[in-house]
Amino acid sequence: MAREGERGRYNRPRLSLHVPEPQFRPGDTVDFSNIPVSEAGAQARPDEACQPIETTALCYDLVRVLGDDHRAHGPWDPRLAPDELRQMLRDMALVRAFDERMYRGQRQGKTSFYMKCTGEEATSVAAVHALASDDMVFPSYRQQGILIARGYPLIEMINQIYSNRGDKLKGRQLPIMYSSRAHSFFTISGNLATQVPQAVGWAMASAIRHDSRIAATWLGEGSTAEGDFHSGMTFAAVYNAPVIFNVVNNQWAISSFSGFAGSERTTFAARAIGYGIAGLRVDGNDPLAVYAAVRWAADRARSNNGPTLIEHFTYRAEGHSTSDDPSAYRSAREREEWPLGDPIMRLKQHLIAIGEWSDEQHREMDLALAEEVKAATKEAEKNGILGHGMHHPFHTMFEDVFEELPWHLEEQADQAIRERQIKWPQ
Amino acid sequence: MASVIGDEEPVSLSEAPVRSLNMIEAINDALDIMLERDPDVIVMGEDVGYFGGVFRATAHLQEKHGKTRVFDTPISECGIIGVAVGMGAYGLRPVPEIQFADYIYPGLDQLISEAARLRYRSAGEFIAPMTVRSPFGGGIFGGQTHSQSPEAIFTHVSGLKTVVPSTPHDAKGLLIAAIEDNDPVIFFEPKRIYNGPFDGYYDKPTKPWKDHPDAKVPEGYYSIPLGKARVVREGQALTVLAYGTMVHVAEAVCREKGVDAEILDLRTLVPLDIEAVEKSVEKTGRCLVIHEATRTSGFGAELAALVQERCFYHLEAPVERVTGFDTPYPHSLEWAYFPGPIRTGEAIDKLLGA
Ligand SMILES: Cc1ncc(C[n+]2csc(CCOP(=O)(O)OP(=O)(O)O)c2C)c(N)n1
Repeated sequence: MAREGERGRYNRPRLSLHVPEPQFRPGDTVDFSNIPVSEAGAQARPDEACQPIETTALCYDLVRVLGDDHRAHGPWDPRLAPDELRQMLRDMALVRAFDERMYRGQRQGKTSFYMKCTGEEATSVAAVHALASDDMVFPSYRQQGILIARGYPLIEMINQIYSNRGDKLKGRQLPIMYSSRAHSFFTISGNLATQVPQAVGWAMASAIRHDSRIAATWLGEGSTAEGDFHSGMTFAAVYNAPVIFNVVNNQWAISSFSGFAGSERTTFAARAIGYGIAGLRVDGNDPLAVYAAVRWAADRARSNNGPTLIEHFTYRAEGHSTSDDPSAYRSAREREEWPLGDPIMRLKQHLIAIGEWSDEQHREMDLALAEEVKAATKEAEKNGILGHGMHHPFHTMFEDVFEELPWHLEEQADQAIRERQIKWPQ
Repeated sequence: MASVIGDEEPVSLSEAPVRSLNMIEAINDALDIMLERDPDVIVMGEDVGYFGGVFRATAHLQEKHGKTRVFDTPISECGIIGVAVGMGAYGLRPVPEIQFADYIYPGLDQLISEAARLRYRSAGEFIAPMTVRSPFGGGIFGGQTHSQSPEAIFTHVSGLKTVVPSTPHDAKGLLIAAIEDNDPVIFFEPKRIYNGPFDGYYDKPTKPWKDHPDAKVPEGYYSIPLGKARVVREGQALTVLAYGTMVHVAEAVCREKGVDAEILDLRTLVPLDIEAVEKSVEKTGRCLVIHEATRTSGFGAELAALVQERCFYHLEAPVERVTGFDTPYPHSLEWAYFPGPIRTGEAIDKLLGA
């Protein structure tokens, strides 16, 4: 007699494997009307001390503040002073000018690699405006906006990108893998998502020591597939750690669309629900919404109400990196059709709408920023560009492997220096 | 080496039409042939589907073989290896790609504790017939997370086979053998020689594979057995044990110095062709071991120990090792790190007592 379980197989179609497919491929016309764009100002704002479950609806909605009329709406409007808004605008515009110049520098052979964050500037700049300057950040490689908003000197960034003798990281790291303890900016890893549990650990330490500082981490939506992300979420939930998880959903992970990280089934913000963490899904191209969401999460964390996961819904307007050619896998029309616009333009228009800015001022600012970047570039180039001999001394290659140099590294350093003398006798 | 598939006779290599391929094209060809021949073969990994891989190794395979044979995966190396173990348990023959060897570490538990041990712990009931392809090695200014050579981590694990090709011809034949093998194989592709046989002279123009004799790749199916080394050139003065990019560096240095070296391309590290090693070292009495990976506990240490254990009374000098330094791969000082012609030449001089 067949067991009951066997009957479950009867009269069913055969199994088939589902493999996600993005909506559009190269050459396709793009229609994003299926992406729900919530009305600005229409989302409720629960109290920062609420139970995580009270944020469930917000995990599927989209927190938006700036409306089509370029004005701020609803309970999430952070009511920032015009000076702060202008500073945010300037920081984002500087990031974009910097990206343009560094991208060109890579193309001109001044370095090996570069990554832009075009279109995603708000997700780092506006977010970090909502934190204290000594809250510890654990970024991925696409948050140059944090360093710029925290006033890290451009020339130091360029020295690092050129891997030259002025590079504070001694030419050891791939371009853009910055580190600045003075700016509470954790050293960036090339290995995805490793920073997530580390941010949680830092936040736990801060709680152990009864500190007032919190931690925040950023990662791409693609990287949420890594186990490290899930370990971080579990620890944060268990210890109610004062940490903010920023998932930057820019729709693409190199050539893989967000469906390969699970977006066909649910939102990234909704990952929070299963862990019992507060979750928010925000319009990542709306700087005011980003600010408001991060500020909410920061206030929540700082008052011992625990972690928050924020999905920043945005679009990667350019290639993944200088090694990538996005025209091979996605439609070039996507960028133009993206329904949430551009964060810099939106903040600019908002400032103009409230009478605090003008096209003329914006043009002048852009020119001044381009000059500032150019001057920093020229200055950094005096320290050399990659591959032209102006690097750190060979011995530095062996330092910092350990606190002290063991005998075998000392021997190897001698070897490296001897090889240099053979190659370039002088 | 057990093969479960393919009853057609392999084409005799001397008769098959040949064309010049680079290493990427040869790997692509091997995958294409195995997808065609064996319905159990599955190719998957980050960006390998529609896009065809960040190095283009899987280009057009999805188009040709369909989305359920060749597909993109979530960015989770632990997941990629773990599902490959499960697919193998079902009876498929997965060929996962890990985008860079530097990113294989999140998948180590699935590889080391699981794939490598299924056969042993189930007394042969379950096996993991997977081939994990991954580009490795430096020389492309990839910094510390796009340059590592972690082969010794895998050769240290019982139950894993480790293969490193050094030419397009071998890449194709070895990859086919690896896919057909019923044990888990780590297949490291030296990315610096994907497009040309780089010989360590980074400041000279790079050569493409086109005119190299080992870029002549026969069409159709052929396999090169795992565990068999290749004599790159015969010689009497010393034996060089090399694999991957370093085969070409050793060749160039020996040619330039006019040293009558015998160069063995190991091709498979585990299982090692110990006979070929013994035969050569017994003949020459001197042995240089060379790899790009860090020195301490590198595969060179294993080779040196084996040569010392088995050929001691034939040795006329201590075994020399040429390796990368015991530091992470530095970005700007990449060429100071790389075990290039100067380091190799010095070791040869020392071995020959010059
Ligand atoms: C552990 C690991 N696996 C794979 C990679 C290769 N890789 C680098 S970036 C990237 C895509 C990441 O996409 P996402 O997380 O969405 O971030 P985005 O680049 O879109 O900002 C991949 C697969 C890596 N760096 N680390």
